[in-house]
Amino acid sequence: MSKMLSLTAASFALFSTTAFADGHCAAGKTLTDGKFTIATGNPAYFPWVLDDAPESGEGFEAAVAYAVAEEMGFAAEDVVWVRSSFDEAIQPGAKEFDVNMQQYSITPERDQVVDFSSPYYTAPMAVLVGSNATDTEPTLEALKGLQWGAVGSTTAVPKLAAVIEPDNEPLLYGDNADVNAAMTANQIDAALFDLPTALFLSAVMIEGSKVIGQFPADEGDNPDHFGMLMEEGNPLKACVDEAIAAIASNGKLAEIEAKWLQDTTGVPLIK
Amino acid sequence: MAKLELRGVVKRFGDDTVCDGIDLDVEEGQMVCLIGASGAGKSTLLRCINLLEPIEDGAIFLDGTDISVPGLDPQSVRARIGIVFQSFNLFPHMTAIENVMLAPRRVHGKSRAELLPEAEALFARFGLADRMHNYPDQLSGGQQQRVAIVRALAMQPEVMLFDEITSALDPQLVGEVLDVLLMLKKQGMTMVMATHEMGFAREAADKVGFLQNGRIVEEGPPEVLFEAPQQEATRTFLARALK
Amino acid sequence: MARSKAAGITRRELYEAQQRRRSILVAATSTIIVVVALVVLVPMAPGWGKVQQSFFNGEVLAKTFPKLLEAFRINVMIFAWSAPAIAVLGLLIALARDAKSPALFPLRIFGAAFTDIFRGVPVILTVYLIGFGIPGLGLPRPWNSPYIWGSLALILTYSAYVAEIFRSGIDSVHHSQRAAALSLGLSERQVMRDVVLPQAIRNVVPSQMNMLIALQKDVSLLSFIGPVEIFRQAGVFKSLLANFTPYVGAAIIFLIVTIPATRYADHLMARQMRERR
Repeated sequence: MSKMLSLTAASFALFSTTAFADGHCAAGKTLTDGKFTIATGNPAYFPWVLDDAPESGEGFEAAVAYAVAEEMGFAAEDVVWVRSSFDEAIQPGAKEFDVNMQQYSITPERDQVVDFSSPYYTAPMAVLVGSNATDTEPTLEALKGLQWGAVGSTTAVPKLAAVIEPDNEPLLYGDNADVNAAMTANQIDAALFDLPTALFLSAVMIEGSKVIGQFPADEGDNPDHFGMLMEEGNPLKACVDEAIAAIASNGKLAEIEAKWLQDTTGVPLIK
Repeated sequence: MAKLELRGVVKRFGDDTVCDGIDLDVEEGQMVCLIGASGAGKSTLLRCINLLEPIEDGAIFLDGTDISVPGLDPQSVRARIGIVFQSFNLFPHMTAIENVMLAPRRVHGKSRAELLPEAEALFARFGLADRMHNYPDQLSGGQQQRVAIVRALAMQPEVMLFDEITSALDPQLVGEVLDVLLMLKKQGMTMVMATHEMGFAREAADKVGFLQNGRIVEEGPPEVLFEAPQQEATRTFLARALK
Repeated sequence: MARSKAAGITRRELYEAQQRRRSILVAATSTIIVVVALVVLVPMAPGWGKVQQSFFNGEVLAKTFPKLLEAFRINVMIFAWSAPAIAVLGLLIALARDAKSPALFPLRIFGAAFTDIFRGVPVILTVYLIGFGIPGLGLPRPWNSPYIWGSLALILTYSAYVAEIFRSGIDSVHHSQRAAALSLGLSERQVMRDVVLPQAIRNVVPSQMNMLIALQKDVSLLSFIGPVEIFRQAGVFKSLLANFTPYVGAAIIFLIVTIPATRYADHLMARQMRERR
């Protein structure tokens, strides 16, 4: 009996090490068999990816990517990184990645065109203000009077319109760097980002800027859950969801979050 | 003292000497015709007199004053010497009357209202009263050329230069333009004209000059020059031109 | 013999009428074949369903079109104040480049450098550099507005092109016009203002119309530095709805404006060709 048990265990071990591809749920479902192709932004920003080098596994999304890949049975060297823009990710047709990770907020409209994994992070929106507006009170009343800016392709835009309802039309930009430039040139007072990005920008990129407050993560009907983006109907989704659930329940995800997004605590809530 | 005196006028374009020491006197009220083959230097000489081309050597006197001094402001001289070109050169974006009033308005600083009676009278005199408000492209060649003459006359010049003004016209339109010149002669205008119209030159000119290779080979009253030319070159040219 | 029996129609006219009917028939047939091919064959492509959903989604179009139209007002506004400024600056640069007086030599150099630089740099770079760069020097609001400096970038770039077109227009006026004007006693300046420029400007109207059409489209480049004009508004919808139809909507709005303008420019160009003949 014990002999049989050990035999079974041995055969299981054999299975999982040498021939996972036949037994694991990702088998035959990836772009290239045996490889897991992950897209990120070009460039990818801190603290999501460090030094624009996702291969290092440094940075929150890079670390999550390797954890998920490992959970799915891919070795680190089987993870292939590619770059993509938002437009490439949502245009119709075949995708050049298995999953795309660049802080995609999951929305019902997007979900009709592409698939999202279950969320790996829930990002609160935060208010970053330039050096001229650092003493603004973190209240909706005070925020209305500011000149706002945001990245046009993010969920910050509807959030601004729905929650803050600024007096002046916001100015919108193509990416974080342009929002920086506008804030540095004092063309905008404040910008709405997810909290980790806001903290990074204030600490490293925009001199004299400050994160003055955050919105509760699950406020309103538009919470910002980040999910991995996949081609609509990608059979890989079940495996990815399973892997995310696993690292969430075994504490791995929280560990990664604590390591890379530790600063996100201590920012006051906006009333 | 002649109204207009040319003394040893030389004009070169690069190595090409177009006027090679030309002397000419034009008395007040005289009509002088310059004849000669194309390229003999007639047109260039007229452009030099109007200071459109600076001369290399020699001098041009108007009422005894040297107008060819280098550096002299040409504007005041041009206002006194009118020129009409072979190709009319009306301003196509202006009506006939605006063409005529432009220079007096700008140079003499007069208003349209001041100029209008005078301009209308000129148009009427040259049979163009019903064409005043037409644009150049609505006029026949002969009408355009008469407007061009009116335009030059509106500046009240003391001397008029005509540069083959009938050469671009259909034969049946030549007469109406030449009639204008006869009218001017009657009024005592001092005129120099380059022309291929031998018949007209013979009939109307007080003096005719024959140019060849940038020189005046022979000059004299038309009856002499046409009936009894002294120079072999003149005879050859006339024989060919009158054939 | 030259006339056929049919009521006063010459042989030639009869032949030409036949030819005309024949070419109309051929043109109609080939047009129908091409249109049918497009309408029938394209939807048969395997990806058509997805493409239609993504680019030609009626629901999305209906939802976003009014706001796109509203955003287009910003384009019209920027265009409306940039175009006259471009015309004036372009003309001044053209005149500066043709300045003959030695005292104005610096102006000529400046004009030449100006056109070289602004024609040589992509518009988007100029928009970025001026739109973010000059306000970055520390101008107070509202003088650091991206509307002001973005418009200036467009004005500078387009003036460089427009100036070159004006110069070609000035060159196109025959020198005999100058001679005629000078001979009447006008000064160089008067000749330029009263005789050369009016003709030069008229000669280049069709080319300048094309510049206006190009400008109308390039106004969208200001979206890169903040203003939410139609292109950015379409981009926001695209991100929100994960659908490219708003871009198609924006393209439709552009076409509604530019097609008549383009036809008109072509018409002017054709008329000018006829006049020159």
